[in-house]
Amino acid sequence: MSLRIVVCVKYVPDATGDRKFADDLTVDRDDVDGLLSELDEYAVEQALQIAEEADDAEVTVLTVGPEDAKDALRKALSMGADKAVHVEDDDLHGSDVMATSLVLAKAIEKTGYDVVIAGMASTDGTMGVLPAILAERLGVPQVTLLSEVKIEDGKVTGRRDGDTASEQLEASLPAVVSVTDQSGEARYPSFKGIMAAKKKPVESLELDDLDIDADEVGLEGSWTKVDSAAERPARTAGTIVKDEGEGGKQLAEFLASQKFI
Amino acid sequence: MAEILVYVDHVDGAVRKPTLELLTLARRLGEPVAVALGNGAADTAAALAEHGAVKVLTADAAEFAEYLVVPKVDALQAAYDAVSPAAVLVPSSAEGKEIAARLAVRIGSGVITDAVDIEAGDEGPVATQAAFAASFTTKSRVSKGTPVITVKPNSAPVEAAPAAGAVETLAVSFGPLATGTKVTARTPRESTGRPELTEAAIVVSGGRGVNGAENFGIIEALADSLGAAVGASRAAVDAGWYPHSNQVGQTGKSVSPQLYIASGISGAIQHRAGMQTSKTIVAINKDAEAPIFDLVDYGVVGDLFDVVPQLTAEVQARKG
Repeated sequence: MSLRIVVCVKYVPDATGDRKFADDLTVDRDDVDGLLSELDEYAVEQALQIAEEADDAEVTVLTVGPEDAKDALRKALSMGADKAVHVEDDDLHGSDVMATSLVLAKAIEKTGYDVVIAGMASTDGTMGVLPAILAERLGVPQVTLLSEVKIEDGKVTGRRDGDTASEQLEASLPAVVSVTDQSGEARYPSFKGIMAAKKKPVESLELDDLDIDADEVGLEGSWTKVDSAAERPARTAGTIVKDEGEGGKQLAEFLASQKFI
Repeated sequence: MAEILVYVDHVDGAVRKPTLELLTLARRLGEPVAVALGNGAADTAAALAEHGAVKVLTADAAEFAEYLVVPKVDALQAAYDAVSPAAVLVPSSAEGKEIAARLAVRIGSGVITDAVDIEAGDEGPVATQAAFAASFTTKSRVSKGTPVITVKPNSAPVEAAPAAGAVETLAVSFGPLATGTKVTARTPRESTGRPELTEAAIVVSGGRGVNGAENFGIIEALADSLGAAVGASRAAVDAGWYPHSNQVGQTGKSVSPQLYIASGISGAIQHRAGMQTSKTIVAINKDAEAPIFDLVDYGVVGDLFDVVPQLTAEVQARKG
């Protein structure tokens, strides 16, 4: 039977752009270009490598997001994913990680899966907990933050480099996997890939299709609330000196004046 | 008074500093009840009591080390059920965040990660977070269930506040998911003898300008003269000059020390995301136009191979 791989991806504002909050304290998506989160490219890459190793596999990319989020799906399809699922519904606006994970879990179950692969975190929310939450919601093993991953004989194995130790992990499928930016460079879409992606199927789902009520998601249905967001005051201009032979000593003098020495 | 559950990060009974900081924050909200799991759990009690824990719930079982994350979630949930706390605080390590998030799903609560401050509020704890590479500061709260909040290292001072610290054994029964992901091998990270990067008061980082693994010695020498941790930019890590575990930035560690010294780092957004909340920032870079100089309290435009060794020698001389 075919190995069914679902890759969760997120459409995020470009981290090199001037990101800010909208009036309702959600992420402003209008004034900054959006794209496939860079960290999700690693998940797509590992999914494609696993599919290439398997005898028979199908890679589905899944996202929850506004109309423009199709761009993220299209990028993943052009890298080589087979098909895409886009959950889009006006009621989703402002969903926090709990609401979003509920939608993703239902969409993953509806799509059918043997393994779910995600990036280590999004580049906008940066929480890094969505894969663990998905494992909890789906009731399957969590094999997360891997810098190396392999799927063989119905098992996923991989290396997790933690703060205090490096661990080898092993779990039976179905499972939820997340991979870090150490897992291997993501491929660039080829011209052929880009052309092929235009013909690949993108299924659109709404909340009704997933039996989710509007009050379970969105700003109101989220379990956290942002009360305020303030731009960090620019750091006051510091002293900048040119090294003319005494730069190290001048710096030491500054550190001493600040009681660091 | 409301009880606040605090998840203890420890290594064989030695409590790590971020947990002690958590106790400071927990005391703002209520009475801290600590939960320590795994080998050496009971040995944490003295340090936790010294910093305000009224109770220390402990559990040890082979499952905590043999399987990933979930056994600890089962145990934290057992503590939650036993205590009915007003909030649950967990250190923001990779594992801590996963434990917190899974607990939150189970108890039907919202979760906030990577708080840099917590205050008591009329509608429950208010968490301060840094957003968008720390260019924004947000204040948030959990609006459903018992707040579950993870807190970054260096978010609060460690304060002595002696309390009873009564040790109680926590009864834990593991669910079917607990043994889902087996840890088949574990290689402890070799200790460098330097402070842990995220916990250090001073961090000295090197970037592209260091120009080779062999040159990181001068960064390490400066770090050692100051008792600092060593960091590296993504460019330096990607080039293979320094281990990924020392990477500071969006996809590495996020640090907030008293003093951050950037050497040969241009200050791309990817790096700023991980160090922008440092209290004092200094930089050494050849390029006067490098964006890192927009952040600094003190900057030296110059060759790091001249400036850093001179600084190291001067620090050593002043410290005698």
